[in-house]
Amino acid sequence: MRYHAEYPDLRKHNNCMASNLTPAIYAKLCDKATPNGYTLDQAIQTGVDNPGHPFIKTVGMVAGDEESYEVFGDLINPVIKERHNGYDPLNMKHPTDLDSSKIHSGLFDERYVLSSRVRTGRSIRGLSLPPACSRAERREVERVVVDALAGLKGDLTGRYYSLTQMTEKEQQQLIDDHFLFDKPVSPLLTCAGMARDWPDGRGIWHNNEKTFLIWVNEEDHTRVISMEKGGNMKRVFDRFCKGLKERLIQERGWEFMWNERLGYILTCPSNLGTGLRAGVHVKLPLLSKDPRFSKILDNLRLQKRGTGGVDTAAVGGVFDISNLDRLGHSEVQLVQTVIDGVNYLIECEKKLEKGQDIKVPPPIKQFK
Amino acid sequence: MTKNCHNDYKMKFTTDEEFPDLSQHNNHMAKALTKEIYEKLRGKSTPSGFTLDDVIQTGVDNPGHPFIMTVGCVVGDGECYEVFKDLLDIVICDRHSGYKPTDKHRTDLNYENLKGGDDLDPNYVLSSRVRTGRSIKGFTLPPHNSRGERRAIEKLSIEALASLEGEFKGKYYPLDGMTDAEQEQLIADHFLFDKPVSPLLTCAGMARDWPDARGIWHNENKTFLVWVNEEDHLRVISMQKGGNMKEVFRRFCVGLQKIEAIFMKHDHGFMWNEHLGYLLTCPSNLGTGLRGGVHVKLPKLSTHAKFEEILTRLRLQKRGTGGVDTASVGGVFDISNADRLGSSEVEQVQLVVDGVKLMVEMEKKLEKGESIDGMIPAQK
Repeated sequence: MRYHAEYPDLRKHNNCMASNLTPAIYAKLCDKATPNGYTLDQAIQTGVDNPGHPFIKTVGMVAGDEESYEVFGDLINPVIKERHNGYDPLNMKHPTDLDSSKIHSGLFDERYVLSSRVRTGRSIRGLSLPPACSRAERREVERVVVDALAGLKGDLTGRYYSLTQMTEKEQQQLIDDHFLFDKPVSPLLTCAGMARDWPDGRGIWHNNEKTFLIWVNEEDHTRVISMEKGGNMKRVFDRFCKGLKERLIQERGWEFMWNERLGYILTCPSNLGTGLRAGVHVKLPLLSKDPRFSKILDNLRLQKRGTGGVDTAAVGGVFDISNLDRLGHSEVQLVQTVIDGVNYLIECEKKLEKGQDIKVPPPIKQFK
Repeated sequence: MTKNCHNDYKMKFTTDEEFPDLSQHNNHMAKALTKEIYEKLRGKSTPSGFTLDDVIQTGVDNPGHPFIMTVGCVVGDGECYEVFKDLLDIVICDRHSGYKPTDKHRTDLNYENLKGGDDLDPNYVLSSRVRTGRSIKGFTLPPHNSRGERRAIEKLSIEALASLEGEFKGKYYPLDGMTDAEQEQLIADHFLFDKPVSPLLTCAGMARDWPDARGIWHNENKTFLVWVNEEDHLRVISMQKGGNMKEVFRRFCVGLQKIEAIFMKHDHGFMWNEHLGYLLTCPSNLGTGLRGGVHVKLPKLSTHAKFEEILTRLRLQKRGTGGVDTASVGGVFDISNADRLGSSEVEQVQLVVDGVKLMVEMEKKLEKGESIDGMIPAQK
């Protein structure tokens, strides 16, 4: 009966973990642990500590290592299904496709698109994830990644700035470039143990041209970002795929966490699959005031954010528009979806400028 | 599944690979921890599974301040003080003025041994208060305990407190179940405690599952208050307006002993040993865990050149009227005992009573424009 005394009080909670955890699942999993010793209580702690918001449904759990997705599958799989619009890890396969040559129409009208960006994350197989990793593991992630990045050449040549060792001048430059990341303050992350030992083992790598950036040991082992001003999403995605070559770490005996059910394995179940968010900053002052704006975005499988990123407001009619989906579609498919969608939004804006009417596009087929 | 299989997994890395970077740190743990000690202790864990990395995490995450020396470590259960003594003995010695591993601590909760304390001038002494903490045997501590343990502690506490009578008759308010009206009242009375925001506490895991099994109990007169499952299993507070510290201490001792008797009947007495006294989560609260103090008006004395020295000699410390790390307002200070370990409850409260009495007399002298040079006390 031990599990009965231990079952969390989730009556005030609104997150995917709380919606899917039951006493039966808890009883079945509460005494299990991954080979590294990570437990169910640890995986759900962030969701217990952060009841959530009636309007915003957070995930409410994390993985401490790759095996968490297997050992705690009875809870994580329904969470994944809910978060990723019906994608069923038990029955479906996730497609991975990083062949950027397949992209078409990837040049936006720069009178509207101010900047383009693609980000994802990668985890190094064999090392625990940020909620659970020890200092030695975190330092090993840093070593492996920095070593591999030293092998990048040409327009990807760059250097690493360790958070513990950067000079004041370097720090100021990184802040001015908007590259520097801070110790997490969000309780969603701190309650999951991701800020432990800060800033040990954390750092930022970027190429000399400042168009390719890697965060080491923040919320994931690595966050990989390709970006530039203007509307050349094709070039951004080309660079993204080039820089992500797993060959660099494979030469040193490592590989990324990946499997055919879940795609790339990251700390938060919301980032499984491609872990990819491709987006633009785009001027849509007229369209954004149209009452059909949200429905158009929905049908195009896009989401809007303010120009400060998640949970910020738009400024001057400029929105951050990116893909909603992460899992069940490949990188190429998602980037093409963003390209097609943003082009449609720009056409709408142009129509409204001329006083013409716009149409809500039919919804893109989902696998639900 | 053993509770420390995660620690076993970490052992495949070398000491050098795991040793924390403490180069920017200023806390007792960072001063005491060497690679040799880390090497010796990193493979160990207490029976409940608490490890050295767990003990030091808060000190690694919070480098501290150049002027304020925090402890930088916590314990997850009573056994930590034994299993990790190679580190904790040094921290304890440093924090508690040279207390040695062979020293014995005195416990004295016989309030009749306190001399005086009922005649502090209420024109100067605005309020009097004594607090301590208690850990309940058979359970792990706030950095480590599970929801089940925390709930069991709450259940036991509610039972124990519900059986109190007379001046100790009172009511329990669970944090998760109080009405808006009850919450307003508890805030107005300055009784309500909040979810910890200090990273010193959150990095040690003490805010997990908030507000599950946390609550406040107080008697009808609002002079005796117990916090359940905040930074310790129990925090016990006796207080009232004015300067009758004798009465505050009497109620403190009587109430504590009544509560302890009930817990012992259930085979869950308080954690205590003759070397460290009462065991609490933070090593700074070992011994008596007692902070006895007053809010006292000392506008002239507090600006005197010798104020700090007088406090040091009297073995007292000052805080602002908002408590630790706040400023004083209108010349009113919170004055309390500096020691916790190595002297008894009676001895510590005696120092407060005698010291405050002397300081009030000094204040009166300064008001008359007279010198206090002849009154400076010897080091106690």
